Amino acid sequence: MRVDDIRFSYGAGDVLRGVSFTAEYGEFLSVLGPNGVGKSTLFKCMLGLLTPTEGETRIDGKPIREMSAPELARSIAYIPQSHNPVFNFSVLDMVLMGTTAQVGAFSAPGREQIERAQQALERLGIAHLRDRGYGNVSGGERQMTLIARAIAQRARILVMDEPSASLDFGNRIRLMQTMRTLAADGYAVIQSTHDPDQAFLYSDKVLALYSGRVLAWGRPEETVTDEVISTLYGLDVRVYSLHGGSVRVCLPADIERKEEERSS
Amino acid sequence: MNGRKGLSYSAILALLAAALGAAVVASVTLGRYPIGIREMLGIWGSRVLDIEPFWTKTQESLLLNHRMPRILLSCMVGGCLSAAGASYQGVFQNPMAAPDILGASSGAACGAALAILLDMSSPMIMAFAFAFSLGTVALVIYTGNRARGKRVIGLILSGIMISSLVSSGTSFIKLVADPTDQLPAITYWLMGSLNGASMRDVLFALGPMALGLIPLFLLRWRVNILTLGDDEAKTMGVNARRLRMIVILSATLITAASVSVSGMIGWVGLVIPHLSRRLVGNNYRHLMPASILFGAIFLLLVDDISRNLLATEIPIGILTSIIGAPFFIYLITKDGERY
Repeated sequence: MRVDDIRFSYGAGDVLRGVSFTAEYGEFLSVLGPNGVGKSTLFKCMLGLLTPTEGETRIDGKPIREMSAPELARSIAYIPQSHNPVFNFSVLDMVLMGTTAQVGAFSAPGREQIERAQQALERLGIAHLRDRGYGNVSGGERQMTLIARAIAQRARILVMDEPSASLDFGNRIRLMQTMRTLAADGYAVIQSTHDPDQAFLYSDKVLALYSGRVLAWGRPEETVTDEVISTLYGLDVRVYSLHGGSVRVCLPADIERKEEERSS
Repeated sequence: MNGRKGLSYSAILALLAAALGAAVVASVTLGRYPIGIREMLGIWGSRVLDIEPFWTKTQESLLLNHRMPRILLSCMVGGCLSAAGASYQGVFQNPMAAPDILGASSGAACGAALAILLDMSSPMIMAFAFAFSLGTVALVIYTGNRARGKRVIGLILSGIMISSLVSSGTSFIKLVADPTDQLPAITYWLMGSLNGASMRDVLFALGPMALGLIPLFLLRWRVNILTLGDDEAKTMGVNARRLRMIVILSATLITAASVSVSGMIGWVGLVIPHLSRRLVGNNYRHLMPASILFGAIFLLLVDDISRNLLATEIPIGILTSIIGAPFFIYLITKDGERY
């Protein structure tokens, strides 16, 4: 997938300007940036929910503007944060909803789609939940259900808006490992996140957005740096390397001063 | 598919259908003038077969011209109000939505009141109610779509506002109506009744009801996706705006048809879908048929009470609230895993 020079404005002032990047199948891409920087707007432009003022998104070379809604749904899937919908559906029904674009407007998912949903549930290790209520399982399990839904949708690009925001530590790591596995299986995974450490640890590429523009784009070693993270969040941040550089931890710079105070 | 109760969805639906059939037969025999099951079968059979009449002329005329139309109409109205309520709840992602959320009922009431004020015949009262009902909802949709902010909230708010505007119109008509005959007629209409239902009413309602129910039934799986919100629906390949409009128009059509033949019957459209949710879950694939069947059974039984409990007929709108409200309170206080 290629996002080409996207500009977007809601009326007054541009929310996004000249944003370009590519995501390949088999890659895990993280989008970093402070609140209100246009991450959600960018995702909406990628998913066809908003039409950019300039520029375009192409999937396999085809502009999404030229794709029908079902065609787009079979190419790119959206995984929302684990939410609690007004009406409680069974986990299986929730996953089956992802297959809607595969059946006619007047029909419901049939045996083939149920089979596909079942496989998606097994793949994510939550097949035992299929007859439970989506609203009655835990937040982590809900998130897995929504990923299963995207898998059943048969899209090969998975877009997640801050997926780990409402998850606890364990589920956050489980989620990241799952997404890593999916990327290894050939999916293009794109997430927005507030956690630079996590972006470094799990992603193949990082896109840093700052006031609607691309501040940095590339491999995590090049993008998760003192300079970029400090600019993004308007803080003096130091990025420390651990385990011979395979892990990076971002901490506020005043930790060094504290350390000096303690040792003196 | 359903591991909770051991009963499959199709078994539940079959049981509901059987219960409806039994309720229809029982309702035929209920009434001041006795008609037995044997007579009923004979009269029906004689329409196609050559059967020597063993029933009285009065029984035949009563069954064909009064009891059957009334039974049919109460099933149709009950099923439609319930289906409309379930649909509105889905498209507005709001469990408290009922068929009158967009002003279909208050519009019909105003139209009927106006027609009564102008001393019109009963088919004209029906036609006025129907036209006003659709007109009110059209106005609500027009205003709602122009409202700033979230479309769904805009629609609901403009529904509340325009309903209250139209209701004040109805109040004004009541004020100027002749208190000796027009005012009681308006009041009686507003309370809702299936008294005096005829085959003509059934035929009047049949067209719009079929026109609305068929798309609702066919699109019922997709209503599930609407309950998740527009953006999520769209990323799953569903054109949420168009689908919502189709569902709203269909639900409005069947509500308008119901209200114009029966008057204001509250509660059915709110309580029955929730009861059905308890029974088959929130998946509209099963919820829609269950709501239709359940609504038909409920209104038929309530109408039986309304015409048999006291010597004079009790308006059905009063009964549905008396039965519906406590039942609903029981329902929302009783807990359990529901989906």
